Order: sequence, then C-alpha cells, then structure tokens
Amino acid sequence: MAADGHWLTFLVLMLPFAGAAVAPFLVRSFGHNAAWLLALIPAFMFYHFTGFLSSVANGETVAAGYSWIPSLGVDFSWYIDGLSLTFALLITGIGALIVLYSGGYLKGHPHLGRFFSFILMFMGAMQGLVLADGFLTLFVFWELTSITSFLLIGFDHVREASRRAALQALIVTGLGGLSLLAGLLLIWNMTGLGSMSALLEAEGALREAPLYLAALLLVLGGAFTKSAQFPFHFWLPNAMEAPTPVSAYLHSATMVKAGVYLVMRLNPVMGDTVAWETILPVFGGTTLIVGTLLAVRQTDLKLMLAYTTVSSLGLLIMLTGFGSEKAAEAAVLYLVAHSMFKGALFMVAGGIDHETGTRDITKLGGIGRAMPITFAAAVLAAISMGGLPPFFGFLAKEEIYAGLWQGSGWSGLITLVAIVGNALMFAVGFAVALKPFTGPKVETPKHAHEGPILLWLGPLVLGLGGLLTALASPLSHRFISNPMASAVVGEPVEISISVVPHVGLPLLLSVMTIALGITAYLALARGREIMAGTLRTIGWGPDLGFDQAIGGTVRISSTVTRVVQSGRLDYYMTATFIALALALFVPMILFGELPALPDFPSLRFYEWTVLAIAFIGLGAVLHARDRLTAIVSLGIQGFAVALLFMLLGAPDLSFTQFMVETLSVVILALVMTRLRLSPTDHRPTGEKAGDIAIAAVCGATLGLMLLRVTQIPFDDTLSAFFAENSRAIAHGRNIVNVIIVDFRGLDTLGEIAVVMIAGLAILALVRIRAGKPADARKGGG
Amino acid sequence: MAVDPGKTVDLAHAMVMKPVAAADWLVVAPVVIPLVFGAVILMLRHETRMHASIAIAALVATLAANIGLLARVIETGPLVMTMGRWLPPFGISFAADALGASLALVATLVALVCAIYSLSDIGSIGRRYGFYTFMLLMMAGVGGAFLTGDIFNLYVWFEVFLISSFGLLVLGSEHRQLDGATKYAILNLVATTLFLTATAFLYGIFGTLNMADIARKVDGLRDTAPLMTLGVMYLLAFGMKAAAFPVNFWLPASYHTPRIVTAALFGGILTKVGVYALLRTLVMLFPPELALLSGLIAWVAGLTMVIGIMGALAQTDLRRALGFVVISGVGVMMAGLALGTGEGLSGTIFYAFHSMIVMAALYLLAGVMNGVGGSYSIRTLSGLYGAHPMLAAFALLLMLAAAGLPPASGLWPKVMLVRASLDAGYPWLAFTILATGLLTTLALGRVFILTIWRPRAEERLAAAVSPRLGYTVLAALSLPIVIMGLYPDPVIRVAQIAAGNLLDAAPYIGTVYPGGGGQ
Repeated sequence: MAADGHWLTFLVLMLPFAGAAVAPFLVRSFGHNAAWLLALIPAFMFYHFTGFLSSVANGETVAAGYSWIPSLGVDFSWYIDGLSLTFALLITGIGALIVLYSGGYLKGHPHLGRFFSFILMFMGAMQGLVLADGFLTLFVFWELTSITSFLLIGFDHVREASRRAALQALIVTGLGGLSLLAGLLLIWNMTGLGSMSALLEAEGALREAPLYLAALLLVLGGAFTKSAQFPFHFWLPNAMEAPTPVSAYLHSATMVKAGVYLVMRLNPVMGDTVAWETILPVFGGTTLIVGTLLAVRQTDLKLMLAYTTVSSLGLLIMLTGFGSEKAAEAAVLYLVAHSMFKGALFMVAGGIDHETGTRDITKLGGIGRAMPITFAAAVLAAISMGGLPPFFGFLAKEEIYAGLWQGSGWSGLITLVAIVGNALMFAVGFAVALKPFTGPKVETPKHAHEGPILLWLGPLVLGLGGLLTALASPLSHRFISNPMASAVVGEPVEISISVVPHVGLPLLLSVMTIALGITAYLALARGREIMAGTLRTIGWGPDLGFDQAIGGTVRISSTVTRVVQSGRLDYYMTATFIALALALFVPMILFGELPALPDFPSLRFYEWTVLAIAFIGLGAVLHARDRLTAIVSLGIQGFAVALLFMLLGAPDLSFTQFMVETLSVVILALVMTRLRLSPTDHRPTGEKAGDIAIAAVCGATLGLMLLRVTQIPFDDTLSAFFAENSRAIAHGRNIVNVIIVDFRGLDTLGEIAVVMIAGLAILALVRIRAGKPADARKGGG
Repeated sequence: MAVDPGKTVDLAHAMVMKPVAAADWLVVAPVVIPLVFGAVILMLRHETRMHASIAIAALVATLAANIGLLARVIETGPLVMTMGRWLPPFGISFAADALGASLALVATLVALVCAIYSLSDIGSIGRRYGFYTFMLLMMAGVGGAFLTGDIFNLYVWFEVFLISSFGLLVLGSEHRQLDGATKYAILNLVATTLFLTATAFLYGIFGTLNMADIARKVDGLRDTAPLMTLGVMYLLAFGMKAAAFPVNFWLPASYHTPRIVTAALFGGILTKVGVYALLRTLVMLFPPELALLSGLIAWVAGLTMVIGIMGALAQTDLRRALGFVVISGVGVMMAGLALGTGEGLSGTIFYAFHSMIVMAALYLLAGVMNGVGGSYSIRTLSGLYGAHPMLAAFALLLMLAAAGLPPASGLWPKVMLVRASLDAGYPWLAFTILATGLLTTLALGRVFILTIWRPRAEERLAAAVSPRLGYTVLAALSLPIVIMGLYPDPVIRVAQIAAGNLLDAAPYIGTVYPGGGGQ
C-alpha cells in the first residue's frame, strides 16, 4: 500500500472535517456570508476529483491508503474508479451548492455555525463512504453519515417531531449499519478479503462462498435501510423535519444513495445470482410503487418530493438488481439525473417556503411572476424528472425501458412497474414545479418575492446541469456514465444514448409514460383523496409500527427488569444460592467429580457426643420459634465444631473459633434486640421447603467437594518448608505466627487494612446522620 | 533441602539471593503508594483541606508508576517480586504481566480523574469521614488484585477494595444509600466467601497458592482432581464480582445511591476486577475446563448483555440506567472469555479498558448534567443544549462510545469480538453483541434527545453549579476515548500481548520460576 503522491487525496478526505472545526468561527466573523468561504472547501475537493476524470475514463483505477490498524490487518484505504468518482463529484459539487444555499436559507439562525459544521462533517463522512476501499473504513464512514444525519435531522431540536425523526433515523439506519458490519465481517471471514478492490479482483470468490446468502441478506439489510427501501422507507419522509438544505443534500442527493452505491459496488461480485435478481427487483419495485402512491397523497411540497425520492431509490435498486447490462446503465444515468433534479427541486421547495412562509401545495399559486428565477429552476428540474428531452432524465428513461423490456413475463411486469412509477413521479414532479407558480395568485403568509442569489443559485445550476449534461452527452458519457456503468457491470461498457429520439419500443414506452403522467397530473387532487381514504382504511403503517416496536421493547424491558431486579434482598439471596447449588452440584455429577464413598468413621464415644451436640444445635435452629433462640442454637453448633478442632489437635484454631462464636452470638443477639424486628420469622411451608432444599444442596455439595479434595494426596511442600525454615531462618518457634508475620506477611498487612477500613466505615455510619451532619459540633477522633 | 546440621543455614535454598533491582520495585509501587498515602490522609483526619491534594498527588505518582511498569512489562515481559525474599511459592509473589499492568494503569487513570472531580462533589464531612482514605485504599486493593501472583493474596486485595468500597458507599448515610449498601455488602460477601472456599479447595488440591506454581502443576492433577467443580466455583464467585447475569443484583441495587463520583469510580473500575480475575483463573489456570464451559459462559454473556441493556431501557433515572449499561458491558467482556481465543480475549481486554473509561465518564457526565440541570431523572432533566453545547458534545461522544459507534473507542473491541465470534462458530453471540449495541444506541439516544435536545418546559431554578471542572474531567476522559477510536493500534497491541500472556503462560511461569527450578 504505497501511498506516495496520494497524500493529497488523503488531505481531501480529511478537509471537510477541518472545515467543520473552523466553520463556527467563520460564521462568528462573517455571518451567513461565511458560506462563500466554506463553499470553497467542497469546490476544491470537486476540483481535485476532476483531476482523476481522464485516467478513470481510460479504465484506470486508483487503490491507495495507509496502514491504519496493522494489529487487526485494517488499512485506511480508498478506491477510485468510475463509480466512486462519480459519487465523489456529486457529493462535492452539489455540496458546494448546498453550502451556499444554506447560507441563504438559514441566514441569521443563531446556530448557523453549528449547522455548517454538521453539513461539512457529513460531507466528509459521505465522501469517505463512497471512496472507502477497506471494509472497516467503509463502515466507519457509513456510521458517521448516520450520526451526522441524526444531528442534522434533530437540528431544529425544539420541535418534538424533529427529535423523534432524528432518533428514528438513527435507529433504523443504525440497525442497517450493524447488519452491514456483520455482513462485511462475514465476507471477510469467508473469503479472507477485507477490501472492495480485493473482492472485485477475486470475482467469483464471494458468489461461491458457503454463506453467500447470509452475507447478501446482511449487506442488503444495510443498503435497504440506508436507501429507504420498503418497509424501511418511513424514516426518510420523517427526516424532512430537517432544514431544507439537509433534505436536498442528505435525503435526496447523497446519503440515501449510499445503499444504492453499496449495491452497485457489489453488483460485479454478488450479482448475477437468483437471490440477487429476485430480492432487489422485488423490494425495489415495491418501493417504487409504494413511494409514488404515498407521494400522491401529500400536500407538503417537501413530503411530496421525499416520497418520490423513496420511489426513485426503489427504481435504482430495481434497475441494479435486474441483471441486464442496459438496466445497470440505466441505473447509472438515472442516479446522476436524479441527484441533480431532486436536489434542485428540494431547494426550490425550500426557497418557496422561505419566501412565502408555507410549502402546502394547496395554499400556493401564482407566485411565478414574483419568483421568476426559482420558477425557471423548478421547471428545468421538473422536465428532467419527467424524462422529457432534451434533459438528462430523458436519457435515463429511454435506457430504463431499453434495459428492462426483454419480452418475458417477468420483464414485462418490471417494465409495467417502471411505467406506472415513472408516470406518477412525472405527475408529482410537475405538480411541485408548476402548481405553486402558475394559476391565480393565492395569498401566502409572507409576501412572495425572489430570494437572494444564495437561494436560487443552487437550484438553477443543478437545473441547467440536467440540460447541459444531456446536450453534451458524448462528453458526459465518456467521463461519467461509461466509467461508472463499467464499474457497476464489472466490465467495460459503452453508453450511446443521446437526446435525439430514436423511434423504437423505448420511445413508445416513454410516450405512454408521459401520457399517463399528464393524466395523473390533471387528476392529482382526486388521486390525493383516494389515497388518503385508502390509507385511512388501512390505518397502520411501518411508521406506527416503529413506535410500537420501540414502545414494546421498552415495555418488555420494564417487565423483565421488574422481575429480575425486584429490589428484595431475600430474592437476590435465594437466586444467588440456587446458582451456588447448581454450580456445585451440576459439574460434580456431569464430570464425575463425586468423591469415593469413605469408610464408616470409627470415632470415639466423646467424638460422637460432640458431633451429636452439633446436630442438636442445627436441629434447634430449624425448630426455633424466635430469632434469639435460633442465634443461640447456631452458637451451640459452632461451639461443637470448636470442640472438634480441639479434639483433633488444633488448639489455636479451636480457640479462635470459640472467640468468634461467642462474639457473633453476643453481637447478633444485641443487634437483634436493638433492631425491633418481630421476634419470629414466619415463612410459608413452601418457601421453607425450598430454602431447606437449597441449603441442603449447598451444604452437602460443599461437603462432598471437601471430601473429594481430601482424597487427593496432599502436596505438603509448603508445610514442610515452613516447618523447616521458620526456626532456622525466620527465627520463630510458632510456625503459624511466622506464616502470619513473615512468610505471608503481606496478607496480614492487607487484612489489617481491612480491619482499619471496616472501623472507619462503621465510624462514618454511626456518626453521619443523613441531613444533619453529626460532626458539625466538635467531633472527636 | 536439608538444613545444615551446623548453625549456618544455606539461605539460597529458601530465599531469593539476588537483590531486587531498583526498577523492579515498580511491581509493588501501584499498591504501596496509595496504601501509604491512604494512611497519611487518615493521620491528617482533621486537615480536610489537604486531603484532596494529597490524594491527587498520590494518584499521580501511582499513575506514573503504572506507566513505568507497563512500559517495562511490554518491553521485557512479566516482572516478578516475591515478598520477604522467600522463594516462590513460599512467599507471596507479585507478578505483573501486560494484562495486570495495563488494567492497573487504566484504573488509576480513572481514579485520578474521579479524584479531581471529587473536588466539587465531596464536602468536608465526606473528607472528614475518610472519603480519600477509602478511595486510596480501594485503589491499593484494585492494584494489588491486578498485580499479585498469589491467589490467596488476590482474595486479600479483593477484601481490601470491597470493604473500602463499602465505606465509600455508606458515606453520607442517606436512607437509600444504606439500603443499597446492605445489599451490596451481603451479596458481595457471599461472593467473597465463595472465592475463599474455592481457594481453600484449591490449596487442598495443589498444595500451593502461587498462580504460576498452580499453572505448571495443573496438567499433572487433571485426572485426579475435581477441577471442573473448582473452575465453576471460581466462575460463579468472580462472575458475581463482575456482575454477570444471573448474579448481578448487587450492582443495580447500589450503584445509583452514593455520590456521583463514587458511582463513577465503581462503575468504571470494580466490575473489571471481577472480569480480570475470571481471565486470570479460567484462562491461565484452567484452560481445558474453560473450553468445556465455553457454551455456558456464552449464554451467560448473551443474557448479561441483553438483561443489562433492557434494564437500562427500563429506567428513567440516569444513574440507574448507567448501572445497567455497566452490566451489559460485562456481558460483552464475558463473550471474549467464552470464546477463549486470542482475538476474543484481546477484544475483551480492549473492551475492559474502554469500559473503564467510558463508564466512569458517563457517570461523571450524569453528575455534571445534574449539576447544571438539577435532576438525574430523564423526565425532568431537559434543555441543556442551548446553555451548554459542550455538554451536548460530550454526551454525544459518550453515547457513541457506549454504543460502539465511530469515532469512539467502543467500535474496535466490538469488531474484534464479532469477528472472533464468527471465527469460533458463535454467530448468535456476534448477533447479540451487535444487537446490544443497537439497544444501547436506543437507550442512550433517548436520554440524549430528552435531556439535551428537549426544551425546558418552564424556567425552573436550576442548581447553579459551574460545569467547568466537569468539562475538564470529561475532556480528560474523552481524549483517550477519541484516540482509541481513531488510532486504536497501540491499545490493540497491548491487549494482544496481554491475551497472549494468558493463553501461553510460559513467560509468566518462567519469570516467577527462572530456570524452571525453585521446587
């Protein structure tokens, strides 16, 4: 991965983030005019990428990068070919226009600097996404687009709808992001290849991998959520809560195309399978139809555009997955066309909103005279959207029909879907571009007049772009469409379509589409009512489903947590001891670690007696009517054990045990009398039986384990060493003492610390009274 | 090893004859420094003004010692020092390898930041009654646990930090604090007792407590000793310490009750000591037993993640929610333990570093939010975006970190663990790790939009605490989070070395027993 000469690309990849850091300061100095300065950043990036055009047009690619995380074998790498280059040009080119437009649109907004920061961060993330070669580089940028999108949708954070939409987008695209990550890691595991360029070189490796289908579904999970495919489409219209520059940039021109990009990128290595050519057209086609139908229902200009964006994304997925070379070419043409006309139309909608105070299509009319430039931009964009010559959208539509129709039933169905979808989009597009401007003038909240240059420059440039790229189609094909289509198809292809109509089936289908579109345009008001009625009848949608899913998750979580974390110590103790019983019992049985049965012990009569006393003590504990008796009875058992120690020749131990038992009984008894607990502890029989069982298993298994351990010959190296050296070297007669103060003196130090801290903790407990600090008076030592 | 019949004793048979190199004292410095200064603060009980500066100075020194120790360990391999110069296994050995040294380093960093924040969080009564003594002794216990090479001594350090943490927990004596402390103390004492019992069995089986000694003897005893039962006992004891499901009750019952800086200290550090002990015992001492337990631990890991994050979703009190986030992170770490592979374990170790810093930072963030917004409840806390954009930036970063999203540190250990899970044939574990990430995004994203973005309903009188100190400590913790997110390579390398030391204990054993001798 030599990186000589590629440092400039690396800088360009990082540049937007640097821009994001300085944006707030520039805005502080220059106000909204900082947009002119900040637009230089994407402009420079655009310029940098144009430098690759001719080499990429000649079929060259650039794969470069730096070693990033060598310990994981991860590189920070990028890959420039026709596909990523076109995307990069769209992102930076439209990005520059959007930055300018934002300056006009959010002029005077108190958080304009922050807004520019977010937009530039997004730009960097999006650019990194399409240029990324390494899987993890791609994933990092993929998630960064989701996060910046979250910030931008929630930009107007005061409104609840914004906040909800932001979180919804984050969750839906976050879900997809994790699915994508799983898919990419799975591909990496199966093929050993961790970058796109390597994957593209080893063409068949992935298709023949055993878990191809799983990897495909996971990757598509990422692509479909990001590119708002049905049934994940709902977050996109909600994301219209964002300021319009965001809608134009992220949610139509660039970010939502990340899924399409991914599918196009993987087409050469994952495509050409039954799964690919079924799943993509089915989901894409459904999305196309659902999106257009929902668009018809809307009256808000932005929402109309948002739903047609959903359908356009569906169309793109459908075309990419269809499997014919021409369909892939059509996808490429349509993608470029769509980025321009949809970006322009969104900016137009924002301009109308900004100047009139409303973007409800039923409350707008006749403002064309007041806003002529915006009107012109809108018409230019709508013609391209409608697929009329001589615009780029026309080229795309011709190629769509040429690519889809193959004479079979399946292709017929897909073609029909495309015709219906395109016709409805035609209607909606012209509705947005014509209805507000034409007809009788309607009074709007604000008096309409043309906006400043910042507001109309972007849409006008993009609108004209759709015209110029089509008129100069040999040029745009050579540098843009052909290299990109070649990357999508996986081998060099040549696109020849131009604005001069050729008589043939595609043209016929185009004419049908337009006729259908005009009809739909005229009947739009009726269609809206019908759709509204239908939706009311259905009553449920994925958007509502999302809320239900989230609400359900929270509710289930609360229920589970209430059960698990009940707040009652006795439950916790019971659960803990059940775990202990199982932990001892199960492995002992399962792995044959039970002790051998010992011989019947031959004890002397007084030993039997002491044992009997211990058992009597235990029996008394169980039978005790009140707590005090129980404590004392437990003491009996303890004393018996101490006696046993004595009899078995461990006087030290025995003495300690006597002390401990005496003190515990006394202290426990004192505490119990002071606590004013009820003298008895009633438990239902069932609970008692359960407790007895748990205690019996714990006690018995611990005993069995001890028995088992003592049946292993004991390694007495340590005791022998201590016996040998405690006198000779450590100069102590009492071995136990020497162990405590010398051999294991550190343990003793620790335990002394424990005793001291315990004392201190008790002091704090006794002295500090909540609310009234007890030591406010003098307080002693 | 016969004693000379004459008066002269050959010390070389019993003791290390080579004097300890000056630099090797680093092995004990992370324990000695806080222990000594804890005592000093105790002696200066009434000079409450000096406490914080002494504690901060002590922690700075400890941090420096930790840095030196980790650097040496990375450079030259494990370091050992046996107390009283007795030959191991007769004396208590401290044995620092990359795992212990790195965890001790991160823990000390977290403690230092908490000590700085305590300047605004702990009043003179807290100081008077030993906040800083408790804190330093807790850190001595934590450091001792990470660095000791003796399993009974490990128990002693566990007790030291358990009792110290109890002291921190009750400081203030509010009712709910006492309620939490009771549950904390009783359940933890059960775990500690189980640890002690298991260690008694272990001594009965091996006749030694030195971990290197155990590691080299274990293969010879595998056919005769009940090692599975013993392994499961340790799993349960340390699982409780780590707050793994289904023995995690003590954590949500107590972590929301003390001062926020105490919660940050606990949430950052304590559970990871349990995870460390699991790694040390199960991976280094009982690897074949661990392999047999793999399926069980994977289930525990999965359930801990899910139950943890569900708990977080169910809460409206920030501190309670964070307690559950801690638990779900423990599940993530258990996943690497279940896999037992190099990549899985290094993922776990990296996640432990990340989790220490991020959880402490999240608690401190909650503290700052409460300081400026006057509440811990996500129902009432709101409108922080306008007045405190910096706070919003920290909140966003920490949310991303906890959820495992770029550009923060959580991404990489999760990537490592997901890859390791796929490699080891546990796709459902990979799925659970990722799904937990998504639920974390939901849980914390909800907190973000409610507390930060939601405008304040009415102009309530907020507790006017300047967030400046809070910003300083959050920045101090955010810096490593971002660095580990953008350039994780050095940290991954350390984690890989640490995991390597666990999987192949030969260097560790070789350091404790140079030349394989020493009985």
